[in-house]
This record gives sequence, structure tokens and C-alpha cells, in this order.
Amino acid sequence: MVGRFRWAAMFPDEVWEHVFSFLTSDGDRNAAALVCRNWNRIERRSRKRVFVGNCYSVAPTVAVRLFPEVRAAVIKGKPHFADFNLVPSDWGGGAEAWVEAMAEGWPNLEELRFKRMVVSDDCLDLIARSFKNFKVLSLVSCDGFSTSGLAAIAANCRHLRELNLRESEVEETCLNWISHFPEPFTSLVALDIACLEGEVNASILERLISRCSNIMTLRLNHSVPLERLVGLLQRAPQLMDLGTGKFSARHNPQLFSRLESAIVGCKNLRSLSGFWEPGLTYLPAVYSICEGLTSLNLNYATVQNPELVKIISRCKNLRRLLVMDLIEDSGLVAVASSCKLLQELRVFPSDPYDAAEPVSLTEHGLVAVSAGCPMLHSVLYFCRQMTNAALLTVAKNRPNLTCFRLCIIEPHTRDYVTQEPLDTGFSAIVESCKDLRRLSLSGLLTDLVFKSIGASANYLEMLSIAFAGDGDMGLHYILSGCKNLRKLEIRDCPFGDKPLLQNASKLETMRSLWMSSCSVTLGACRQLARAMPRLNVEVINESGRGPLAAQPDNCPVEKLYIYRTIAGPRTDTPQCVWTV
Amino acid sequence: MTPPMEHDYMGVNDTELRLGLPGSNGRVADGGATGGLTLGCAKRGFSDVIHGGSFSEAGEDAGGVTKAAPPPPPAKTQIVGWPPIRSYRKNTIASNSSKNNNDDADAKQGNECHYVKVSMDGAPYLRKVNLNRYSDYKELSLALEKMFTCVTFGSYGVSAREMTTEGRVLDLLQGSEHALTYEDKDGDWMLVGDVPWPMFADSCRRLRIMKGSDAIGIGKAPKAMEKSRIRN
Repeated sequence: MVGRFRWAAMFPDEVWEHVFSFLTSDGDRNAAALVCRNWNRIERRSRKRVFVGNCYSVAPTVAVRLFPEVRAAVIKGKPHFADFNLVPSDWGGGAEAWVEAMAEGWPNLEELRFKRMVVSDDCLDLIARSFKNFKVLSLVSCDGFSTSGLAAIAANCRHLRELNLRESEVEETCLNWISHFPEPFTSLVALDIACLEGEVNASILERLISRCSNIMTLRLNHSVPLERLVGLLQRAPQLMDLGTGKFSARHNPQLFSRLESAIVGCKNLRSLSGFWEPGLTYLPAVYSICEGLTSLNLNYATVQNPELVKIISRCKNLRRLLVMDLIEDSGLVAVASSCKLLQELRVFPSDPYDAAEPVSLTEHGLVAVSAGCPMLHSVLYFCRQMTNAALLTVAKNRPNLTCFRLCIIEPHTRDYVTQEPLDTGFSAIVESCKDLRRLSLSGLLTDLVFKSIGASANYLEMLSIAFAGDGDMGLHYILSGCKNLRKLEIRDCPFGDKPLLQNASKLETMRSLWMSSCSVTLGACRQLARAMPRLNVEVINESGRGPLAAQPDNCPVEKLYIYRTIAGPRTDTPQCVWTV
Repeated sequence: MTPPMEHDYMGVNDTELRLGLPGSNGRVADGGATGGLTLGCAKRGFSDVIHGGSFSEAGEDAGGVTKAAPPPPPAKTQIVGWPPIRSYRKNTIASNSSKNNNDDADAKQGNECHYVKVSMDGAPYLRKVNLNRYSDYKELSLALEKMFTCVTFGSYGVSAREMTTEGRVLDLLQGSEHALTYEDKDGDWMLVGDVPWPMFADSCRRLRIMKGSDAIGIGKAPKAMEKSRIRN
């Protein structure tokens, strides 16, 4: 055996490191690391980028020690359903332990990306002071920090290239944090502050943008008035990605023509977003650059169908479109005929709770786009009605779908023509779309759909289920099939203890499982935790029933989060969370 | 002139959010709904609203697309976290859809709707009213009373100019347990009734039915309102 692998030791480590440097995907590097001990050692010692999908899956100090040369790290915290207020706000996902370990062990860290983590101002301060070559800070869907923390980053990170705060919640404690970027600071390439709710001083921003000649991405918040946007565009005509923030002002023809020229001047614009409260009189100012756009995000623009179509039908090169259901079926028909290169479509509900202003967006729009856009592979679609026939057509038209997320707003909605469940429709999707990686189900569904998914969805990595299924078999089909399943999130389904216990070992092959408002009992959680020491079984009960350790086995579990980990139970659980 | 207060509908259980399944038994309009929120005296009010008043335009079919959609659903329990959209987006949409109708002159001509959300303290659901359908405070008040039966707002029949702000507040407090407030263009919370109707209809972004005790100080000191708004 040793003889067969001796060739690996023929080359010095540096040669193998160089070879590995051509492996760009984490998956490939992981595979190389499993070949033999030598490669394992060489690979991990030379790894520059690390991705931690669950911040509790490994202790920060261990990760830092294993991969000493890391320059870029991505760390994710809370479960996805935290986006929809299903996870208690004090659940965890704090970044301190990670930042402290990184400050200690990765002084050359350049890029840090957090998602759904709680990042405090102290963390930001530590980041600002610890990494002399720090270049990228990305805080997506994070909270726990304020503009004071941002001021520390601005003041100390001399080589900062990217500051991204997408969809984070930021307290406004320091009014002019942007002024903390010192005068000699010129390295900024990307700035996304769209989520900030407070005022941003436009003059200071203008000065910053003027001296950062490499700025490519600028996503503004609502406080920058249209007049000042013109000034910013004039100073940064090289922009590729613009978030307009607000896009309205009093009707003023001079302002309009200045805006239009400024936009025309940005010959490299490929991505547009923002458009909150868009003034109809100003929307036409973007017409001239529509043809060059590859990404258009109008999902906050409460603009009616005619205006939307006027813009979108000019975007012949669009790859990515986010829009509200105000586009309606007729608008999507226009998309299908104009945007032949479309790859990703997301349609959001303009009125998710109240059908007081029903919008004419139905299954027809989805079918039209599936027919007209041959490169469409990613769909997120909110609507109020669906048929199996429509889903079958979509499946037939687009076997290249990799991401299909359909949300029919009313739970348990049937096929409105046949009154049947939507099992056959979704089954057609998983059977036809062999590369499907992500699927979200909705509507009335029985266990039959889960049988199809378990059997056919061989590459499925993430599955979201809500208000579906008849009983335990549904979950059993999923857990006993779906070979590549990584994340499973379930709410309000009649799934109980049996399928969990029967498929316990499956859970170690996955990143995480979330179940809320299902039929799982505490006893099953205890059994599972005993049988699987490398899983953390977290039970969340917010109804104040008293210490969970004292509850009987048949006590129902409100919310359950199970994830694999080599770090053991975590030490920062709040009162309502108990690691069984 | 205020009708006698009906029984206090805000029993503790009524304000509890339940994860009932609205498709089956959570609808307010159903009798004896076990899984959902029930407001005993409000049932009648909702069916009136659905089949009669301001939401009748929901039945119009635009664009010629055949829809075999069921009639607009009655008010339902708001399920926690459903539909799955970010709360970030919810807040933006809520302020957007009313702001958009205000700011743009072009939009106003073609758009006869000025929907604003109406929330009531203690009730987990929101309603919407189209301010353009009413010509004065009295009509609005009546519509809201119908929508949220068991609540009265004192008399708006009296011209706003004839009463001081203080007088208005006291009148409301004496006549009812609730006060009607609104958020204006500047983000301040004001008592409804203090400005001429057209000015109100133009600047109103959101309505909120507050408990009378919380309404003291509104309209005079917007900053003070901040605190109770944050608290709520």
C-alpha cells in the first residue's frame, strides 16, 4: 500500500501547494485533502479560502489552527428561517468567538463575510485593529452593530476595497461615520449601504467617491436625494453597479435631463437596483442604459405594469430580474419576448397579507417566461393560484432549472381548475429538472410529492417545506432519498418522531435540519441526541414551560434545529434553547 | 353622540397569535373557529366590509386574464413568518405603497386609490382603507368603525377648527377607549381631525387606532410619540 502512494512524496510540498492553487472550488480542495495524509496536511496548510456554512459546526480556534494561511473566510450563523422571524432573536450566531480567534490566528486576513450573524461594535472594532491588510467586509442579513462600529472600520482599514451591508439591521449612533474614511483613503471599489435607515451626508459621500477612482459598486440608501445622485454619477462614470436608493423628486425637467445625461455617461452600468418610491417622471431617465443591463432589481418599486414593461422590454441583455407582482402576467409575457438571455427571475408579492388590491399575476406569467427564456434556471415566484398543468409545462420547458421556489400565498391551495393537490406538478419538476439544487414547495401537497422528491431529486441540496404532507411517510421519503441533501427546513407539517429516528444517520450527512410546528416530541430528541453524538439537537420552546430537562418525553417540541458539529454543544444558548 | 361601548373585545386570548391553518379553520368569518383568532363582535363587521364597502373593486378583472380565483378571502389570522418574505421588505412595502400614491402627480391622475394601512393596538391583523373614497372625517370614522366594530372614535362631525387639540383629546378619551392617529409625510404621528380633510388625506401615510391612554400628547409633541411608537 505504501509503495503505491510514494510518488506523492517525490515532490516537495511547495509543488503540491502550487498544484492545489489551481483548485478553485472548496469541494475540489476538500476532495484533495482526503486522498492521503500528505495531501491533507499540504492542502489545509496552504488553503487560502475557507467556508463555514454553520458557525457552530466547528470551534473557531480549531478552524484557525487547522488552516493557518487563510486570507478569506465566509461564516454563516442563524438558520434561514430567521429571515421570517421564526428563530428567537437571542438564539445565537454571535461573531465574537470567531473574530477573536481570527484576530489571534489570522493576522493576514483580508476578507471576511458574515451572513445572519450577530456582529457587535466591539467585533467591528477588533476587525478594524487586527488585520493590517483587510480588504473586504461583507455583513449580509446581520445585526447587532451600529454606525459607530462602521466608523471604526472606515477609520482604520486603510486598504478597504469592499464594504457590503446588504439587508443588515444597523443602529444609527454615529451620524457621520462616512467622514471617518481619512483623506488619503482611495481604495474603495464597492460600497453597499442601501439598508441604512438614517441620513447619509451626500457631500461627504461625494468627496469619498471622487477620490476613490476605482469605485465600481455603489448602492445608496433612501436618504440621498435625486439631485445628489446626479452629482455622484458624474463623479463616478465608471460605475458598473448602481443602487439608486430613492428615485423621486418634484417634477423638474432640468433635473430630469441632468439625470439622464449622468446615467448615459455611465457606460459601464450593468446592474441597477434601488428604486424605492420611484417617481414615474424620472424612470425614463434609465432607458438609455437598459440595453447594457445584465441585472435589474425593481423589487421595491411599487410601479405599475405599463412603466415596468417600458423599462424591462428595453433590457435585451438581462440575465437577472427581480420585480414585484405588479408586473402581472402581461408584463411577464413581455419579459419572455424581450429578455432572451434571462437566467434568474424573482417575483415578489406587493401585497402579501391583504388581497385588497389583487394583482393579475397568475401561473400564466410563470409559464410564459419558462417558454420564452431558454436559459432560465433560477426562479422565485410568489402568486395566489397554480395548476398542475402549468407546473408540468414549466417542467417540460425548462429541464435546466437548478432553483425552483414557488410560494403560493395561501397555505393548502389546490389546483384551482381540478381542485387536486399539486403533487403531480411538483413531481414533474423534480423528475424533469435533473440538476435541481434548491426547491421550495407550497400549495396543497400529500405524501406523494415527497415520494417523487426522495426518488428523483438526486442533486437537491436545499428543500423548504411548509403546510404540506399527510404524515410521517412524507419526511421519511425525503430523509431516505435525496442523496445530496444539505439543508432541510420544515414548518407546520404533520411529521413526527419516527422518520427522524429511522433516518438518524442521514442527519450527519446534512448541514442542518429545521422543524417547527410539526409533531416531534422531546423523547425522540433525547433518543436522537443519545444516538448521534456528533449532532447538536437544539430544542426551542418559547412558551415558557419551565426547564426542558424536567419535561416528560411526550412533551411536544415547538421548534427543532439539528446540525452536525465537531464542536460539541455550544455554550451560548439563551433561555429558550436547550441542547438535548 | 357616541353609541354605548360594546363589550371589551380585547380579551387576552383574542390577541394571541396562533399558528392555525387558515385554509381549514382559521377564518374569522367561520363560526366557532378553533384554530384561529376570533373576535366575536367583529365577525359581522368583516363580512360587511368584504361584501359591501371599500373592497368591492377587488372583484374587477383587469387585463382579460381568466381567473377562477375564489372571492377575496375574509380577514385571516396572520401566520407568523408567512408568506416567507423578509421583515425588511415588509416595512419598505408598507411605507412605499402609500408614499408612492402621495408623491407623484402623474400617478395621482391615473390612480384613484390612496390605500393606507390601518392597524389597531392589540389586533395582530392590518386592514387597508382607500382614503379617496371618503370626503370627510365622518365617513372615514364610520368606515373604520364598521371595520373594527366595538370601537368608536368620538365625534368627527364637528369641524376641526372649532376644537382645540386638547379639547379633542379629552373628548375622545371621555367618549371612547380609542383614539385614531395617523402618520404624516414627515413621519410624525398626529391625531386625526386636526387639519382640514383634504390636507389630511394628502399627507396621511398610515392610520393607527390607539388605546386612548396612549394618545395623550400626540399632535403636539411628535418626539414624545416616538417613545410610545418604539415601545409598541
